[in-house]
Amino acid sequence: MQITLTVNGKQYSNDIEPRMSLTQYLREVLDLTGTHVGCDTSGCGACTVSLNGAAVKSCTLLAVQADGGELTTIEGMANGNEMHPIQKAFKEHHGLQCGFCTPGMVMTAANILKDNPNPSEEEIRHGLEGNFCRCTGYHNIVKSIQHAAEEINN
Amino acid sequence: MGKFVGKAVKRREDARFLKGAGTYTDDIKLPKMAHTAFVRSPYAHANVLSIDIEEAKNEPGVIAIYTGNDACGEFGVPCGWQVDFKNGETMREPAHPLLTKDKIRHVGEAVAIVVAETLEQARDAAEMVMVDYEELLAVTDPKQAMEAGAPLVHDQWEDNAAFDWCIGNDRAEVEAALESAHHVTEMEYRNHRVAPNAIEPRSYIADYDVNADKWTLYTSTQNPHLIRLLLCAFVLGIPEHKVRVVSKDVGGGFGSKIYHYTEEALLTWISREIGRPVKWTSDRSEAFMTDAHGRDHVVKSKMGFDKDGKIVAHLTDEYCAMGAYLSTFAPAVPTYLHGTLFQGVYTTPLIHLNVIAPFTHTVVVDAYRGAGRPEATYLLERIISKAAKEMGMDPAEIRFKNFIPPFDGVEEAGYQTQVALQYDSGDYHGVLERGLEMLGYEDFRKEQAKAREYGKLLGVGFSSYIEGCGIAPSAVVGALGARAGLYEVGHVRVQPTGKVSVFTGAHSHGQGHETVFAQFVADKLGIEMDDVEIEHGDTDQVAFGMGTYGSRSLAVGGSAIIKSIDKILEKGAKIAAHKLEAAEEDLEYAEGKWTVKGTDKSISFGDVSLTAYVPHDYPEGLEPGLDFSSFYDPSNFTYPFGTHIAVVEVDSDTGKVDVKRFIACDDVGNVMNPMIVDGQIHGGVVQGIGQALLEEVVFDEAGQMINASYMDYAMPRADDIPMIETDRTVTPCPHNPLGVKGAGEAGCIGSTPAVVNAVVDALAHLGVTDIQMPVTPQRVWKAMQN
Amino acid sequence: MIPAKFDYIKASSVSEAVDLLDKHGFDAKILSGGHSLIPAMKLRLNRPEVLIDISGISGMDSITEEGGEIVIGANCTHHDIATSKLVNDDLNILAQTAKAIGDIQVRNRGTLGGSLAHADPAADYPATVLACDATVVAEGKKGQRSIPISDFFQGIFTTALEDDEIITSIRFPKVKNGNYQKFFQSASRFAVVGVAVVKSGNEVKVGITGVADTPYRAKGVENAYNGSADAADHAVDNVEVMSDHFADVEYRSHLAKVMTKRALEA
Repeated sequence: MQITLTVNGKQYSNDIEPRMSLTQYLREVLDLTGTHVGCDTSGCGACTVSLNGAAVKSCTLLAVQADGGELTTIEGMANGNEMHPIQKAFKEHHGLQCGFCTPGMVMTAANILKDNPNPSEEEIRHGLEGNFCRCTGYHNIVKSIQHAAEEINN
Repeated sequence: MGKFVGKAVKRREDARFLKGAGTYTDDIKLPKMAHTAFVRSPYAHANVLSIDIEEAKNEPGVIAIYTGNDACGEFGVPCGWQVDFKNGETMREPAHPLLTKDKIRHVGEAVAIVVAETLEQARDAAEMVMVDYEELLAVTDPKQAMEAGAPLVHDQWEDNAAFDWCIGNDRAEVEAALESAHHVTEMEYRNHRVAPNAIEPRSYIADYDVNADKWTLYTSTQNPHLIRLLLCAFVLGIPEHKVRVVSKDVGGGFGSKIYHYTEEALLTWISREIGRPVKWTSDRSEAFMTDAHGRDHVVKSKMGFDKDGKIVAHLTDEYCAMGAYLSTFAPAVPTYLHGTLFQGVYTTPLIHLNVIAPFTHTVVVDAYRGAGRPEATYLLERIISKAAKEMGMDPAEIRFKNFIPPFDGVEEAGYQTQVALQYDSGDYHGVLERGLEMLGYEDFRKEQAKAREYGKLLGVGFSSYIEGCGIAPSAVVGALGARAGLYEVGHVRVQPTGKVSVFTGAHSHGQGHETVFAQFVADKLGIEMDDVEIEHGDTDQVAFGMGTYGSRSLAVGGSAIIKSIDKILEKGAKIAAHKLEAAEEDLEYAEGKWTVKGTDKSISFGDVSLTAYVPHDYPEGLEPGLDFSSFYDPSNFTYPFGTHIAVVEVDSDTGKVDVKRFIACDDVGNVMNPMIVDGQIHGGVVQGIGQALLEEVVFDEAGQMINASYMDYAMPRADDIPMIETDRTVTPCPHNPLGVKGAGEAGCIGSTPAVVNAVVDALAHLGVTDIQMPVTPQRVWKAMQN
Repeated sequence: MIPAKFDYIKASSVSEAVDLLDKHGFDAKILSGGHSLIPAMKLRLNRPEVLIDISGISGMDSITEEGGEIVIGANCTHHDIATSKLVNDDLNILAQTAKAIGDIQVRNRGTLGGSLAHADPAADYPATVLACDATVVAEGKKGQRSIPISDFFQGIFTTALEDDEIITSIRFPKVKNGNYQKFFQSASRFAVVGVAVVKSGNEVKVGITGVADTPYRAKGVENAYNGSADAADHAVDNVEVMSDHFADVEYRSHLAKVMTKRALEA
């Protein structure tokens, strides 16, 4: 099937099998390997990307479902060499270790802050409930998002 | 403290991860790369009657299908540690084939592999492979595996024991002391099985270059050199110098990526068969079935006390599952990484542990974050808390009473335990005192009493742990059955311009080596961090290495680098002396230059480096170049320790446990980067809380894991956990040059018993004395009803 | 994890979707948010030959007030519902329920219609739609019909929908006083027990999910209720309570009573 979509501001048109997941499409067809796969059942959130402004688990979406959509992946978060405030905060506050869940965390954090620019610690934790991190114990991820919120609001 | 050491330097690896530009194995795509799918057994124990691949072969895109009848290594993957029976019988060590021919021993065991042009085609064709099984009775519980008549995992032996081992004092002597003890506390429980669940599933790409007759194996491993050694020398019999193993970015390991897995060897074999690169990446479902699990001890323990609450003896019997085969380090985990920590932080004079390690019809069990030490700590810290309650003592008081007194390992000797090890240095009082301060213990007890009046269930739990890290002195572990040395290699290459490339055999999969190692290298050489690059994860770059596990990277890997730097400075001094026309002993090295003492005559590190590579005006007889590789074999393990304190609230209606506070006061020796140490503690603590409250691998009667997906296997999520309150004391390690002890596993070792102790404390007034982990709402509620 | 092969058709109208369903029968599945279906397909536990994507059908994603009722298009996501002013004001219990489902990402994709049609016994909405006495509006070859919610859930993953029918919208009476209480399964975060209570005067309507293989109205509680939360003791009267690794019959029954009590007291 032919699909056309915009990823990180660039338009792509490809002929793909309907059973191809959006994650596979990003990773295999577009070589955007920053979006990761950690599970089979939409439990881990490592595959989170933004579709039409909303965080979605791209492993539980067929690429054909995203036809016509506008996507942002982790590769599209920075503005050239200038990292997004969320990315900066993760670096500054050690919000990542092995880095595998990180793209999903950043993309989910963007949705949390979009819906709620001043989240409490509890709201951040609740907002991250769809994303597993096995390294950080979430402590510094929560801290990073708190600081990113401050940075964005100032 | 130097310019960088001891500072919270931000990580240099972060930028690539944050931009989605890491290179994990599954991100690599090679030209002409083929894809694979396994045909795996749905049964835990079965005879394979027939395998029909004819129909599958004709599916679109299929390149080849292999079964156990193909010559992909006769004996399979080996075990790296030998633990014999206490009666002298040799450890029972079964072959562990890459693909099974006739007998299935766990769910998920591979029967065939389909190689195809695309992953979709491989998956589709794998469904067409027809396997006829005869299902047999299975046993998954280690204790039941040793009962008479239990189904045998390996028919060639009369029972399921891989070995039956003991450590410590004479059993009869310990039993006698327990007989005459003033009080004996008993416990029986299961330190249940958990799945490590690194978020990156295992992934391998094997690439055979027919013209060079060389392989490259890209693998998500924690120790590339060991994989190469095992793969070449033991599994496939291919020459080691023809194989390059690369593991660049690895998405977490927690032990599960230490081992040499069958899939790694099989893909390497296949890539030569088909003359093409070939890839396999595990699904999460496959990961639950095939990644080595952790823990799984069935424990029965007695601890005896005198009338003052001093421990007089400790006797424990355990059944510890090995799984269907012996994984790389499996025999060491419930023995030398476990029994050797039974001294804990206490002066217990008599200790005896017996371990029977049975095969079970499950995936293998091996080291999982902490490996044997969390199991030892859980036992000691639960039983001493239970004893305190039984004897009407305060849980902090009983610990203070039994602590080994402080010793620095320099002025005061190391502490000789009853279980083989000699601790390096420690101050166990200090961390508990600091922990109690952080908690505000007295106020807490008041708050707890008040809360109970309102029916609110608050509890506090303590854990005073010690662990053996910095693994390990080769001669010691060799005597204990290790089939490898556990030194590390550090290669420092000074470039002509004075820039420094460091190659380490340690491996980073989240620990931040690229940053931390550069911090101490830069300080030691008095240069900028930007002038230091840390390379790891490529056997063609580093001479050798033993990888990362057992909190060993800095203590062993860092020390190897220091050794090489010492050699560089020694040689550099010769060059400097020549250039400065001074005697070597008149020089001092500081801030990146050699200076003639008492003068302003000096030469910079960069100038010396250039001279070493452009040796026109050069000391006679000295080789050019500044490039040294060193092997560091530690003289002892390191022994980090600490106190963890959990405060919980139990919902009296539902039994749900809420962790309100978690305090970790750890002593990991000297700290290179406090930000990274804290991060390691946070993550470890949360994994330990996970085992205490949520995580458990559950098998049904037939040996099926009933919760093998994230829909059913619970792990901590962000809203299950509070902020972790951390602090430290610093008792340097006396026997390695950095004075470091290791921080990777501490959190996971200390936290689990603290949480369970807190839950039991919250319910103590209801008569609850123990609850089986994980303390799920259902288990807590049921405990409250009885 | 890759699903078996299938054909994908994006329906542009309800009648097209219905025609496709009629044509392909059992081989076809409706795709809305896909958050239950796609994981099952990836594990090859579900292998439809045709997927009919209804997410693009216009008019199925609105939330409106019609004749005193709140009408929610079947394609409205949990996020749409959780953040709708109309729902928050006049049907707050449904917003509470939507917020309790899954996580941000799931709420951004999963739909009310999809959840109801899937009829997972541990889903959240069933408790609330039962307690609210909602009406499911479905369309099939024979045209449109309204299915009272009391007739809708017929068993585990089984509903009153005909093979050629799809849900187009769900109609709710306005609810002033309602509360949803959930005890979630620690891994999936589906409901071990979910209880929705709608109060008007001295009457209550109680919907319970997660406890039995079919969500139900707890008539025992409703009949016993006289203003006291003690009526919660009747939460599992005449119900065959499910058992699993997370909650056996005894514990699940207890939780049903606790959650009912909390919802009644709220």
